[in-house]
Amino acid sequence: MQALTKRSKVVSNKRMSFMEKIYLPAIIKGMMITLSHFFKKKVTVNYPEVKRPIAPVYRGQHVLKRDENGAERCTACGLCAVACPAEAITMVAEERKAGEEGLYREEKYASTYEINMLRCIFCGLCEEACPKEAIFLTDRIVPSTFERHEFVYGKDKLVEPTAKDERVDITERQNVDTVEFKKHKEYAHNILYTKNTLK
Amino acid sequence: MEWGDIIYKSILVVCVFSVSLLVAMYSTYAERKIAAFLQDRLGPNRAGPFGILQPVADGVKMFMKEEIIPDVSNKALFIIGPSVAMFTACMTGVVIPWGTELVIGGKHYPLQVTDVNIGILYLFGVVSIGVYGIMIGGWASNNKYSLLGAIRASSQMISYELAMGLSIVALIMMTGTLSVREIAAQQVGWHWNVLYQPFGCLLFMICAFAETNRAPFDLPECETELVGGYHTEYSSMKLGFYLFAEYINMFISSAVIATLYFGGYNMPFIGRWVHDPNWMAILGTVFFFCKIFFFIFLFMWVRWTLPRFRYDQLMNLGWKILIPLALLHVAATGVVMWLTGQIH
Repeated sequence: MQALTKRSKVVSNKRMSFMEKIYLPAIIKGMMITLSHFFKKKVTVNYPEVKRPIAPVYRGQHVLKRDENGAERCTACGLCAVACPAEAITMVAEERKAGEEGLYREEKYASTYEINMLRCIFCGLCEEACPKEAIFLTDRIVPSTFERHEFVYGKDKLVEPTAKDERVDITERQNVDTVEFKKHKEYAHNILYTKNTLK
Repeated sequence: MEWGDIIYKSILVVCVFSVSLLVAMYSTYAERKIAAFLQDRLGPNRAGPFGILQPVADGVKMFMKEEIIPDVSNKALFIIGPSVAMFTACMTGVVIPWGTELVIGGKHYPLQVTDVNIGILYLFGVVSIGVYGIMIGGWASNNKYSLLGAIRASSQMISYELAMGLSIVALIMMTGTLSVREIAAQQVGWHWNVLYQPFGCLLFMICAFAETNRAPFDLPECETELVGGYHTEYSSMKLGFYLFAEYINMFISSAVIATLYFGGYNMPFIGRWVHDPNWMAILGTVFFFCKIFFFIFLFMWVRWTLPRFRYDQLMNLGWKILIPLALLHVAATGVVMWLTGQIH
């Protein structure tokens, strides 16, 4: 039979020779192997201080984007909640009052928007479903806590800060074609303002 | 005995006691670090720089844990078990010569708590009492896993004590004394006993591994079969005592191996550079501790390399291989001594 790898060995049940029976040579050999590992580079990553590099398309904690004026992009259409296979998203829609144009981009907005991070499977379907480019998954990791209810993230945790230098950068998630497509004048309202484009 | 001697001995006893505890404490840290390094990990590094406060944190944890004494256990024996284990572990340190002697103001202060002329017998006696700690603990727990672990531990320790004693007999034949101090003193310079009796040393070391219940002979506390072995039912500091006693035993075993076979506090070539006896004593003690630390490292190195023996393999090795070999070794030593004219 052909061997799958060059390292495979044929095992036999032959009687052990005297040198094998006294075990000590084998023990010393094994101890030398472990000793060589003593000086090898360690594979541990000291997590909070050192973070493993993660892909730009990593699907971590969600962000609700604001537009260039700082108004929330979400219009509470509910498509993300429909798309969500884990049914982790709930929202309550409300009509924008006069004078709130600076706060909400569309005439309808989400007064509450909650994602249950314990239900979420981080598939990214909400991001794909969103017609307003409002929700994105980011490379941030959802931190652990002791209480269940703390995993239900509301707008306070999901909407990005208004200050332009505190915005969450998601440009890395967009491929070149998508960005070019959004520059078309019919879709220009969907150009995403991120940390990089703002600068 | 004068008052000065009594005070000096008391100080020495306290020193030996606290050093054994300190070394045992940091052995737990060293064990975790060495295990990690041998497995390409980093080990504990959160408590203090390089995790140096980890043993303290572990100690605090042990004390803070809830103490559970099972209803069905024999409560008095349940408490006596770990006490005996700890007590005997701490008692062995007194006959080990930690160094030559200090000369202060014309008075000699030997760095050994007591020089019993049957020191080795004393060592063996105390070590064999240590079995009772495990046996009583396992029995009092009223749990089948504990009992099985205790039975394994005691049968293993009793079997290997025989081979251990026989390997020592050959050494005693050669040195002609049972006093640990004299055996250490005879190994001046390079006259280490390991060079004269390498085989006896090997036998003794294998038995020492079995006596301390360390891998590859750690089946008394084999987690995969026996949950935790004889300390399954123990919690809080009682469990801590059992684990701690094991580390003290390891320290004392290393010290005994170093004393009996590896020259004890003797440092080769030291006489060429240092002439002051006090400095020689201190350097000798430092060198002795280096040897001890090497053997502690060896204990851990072996533990994280070798898999555990099966129970029948363990008994076969003890009774069918080590004891006959040790007997043969005694006979061979006698023949060589007769041929070289040391005995008539």
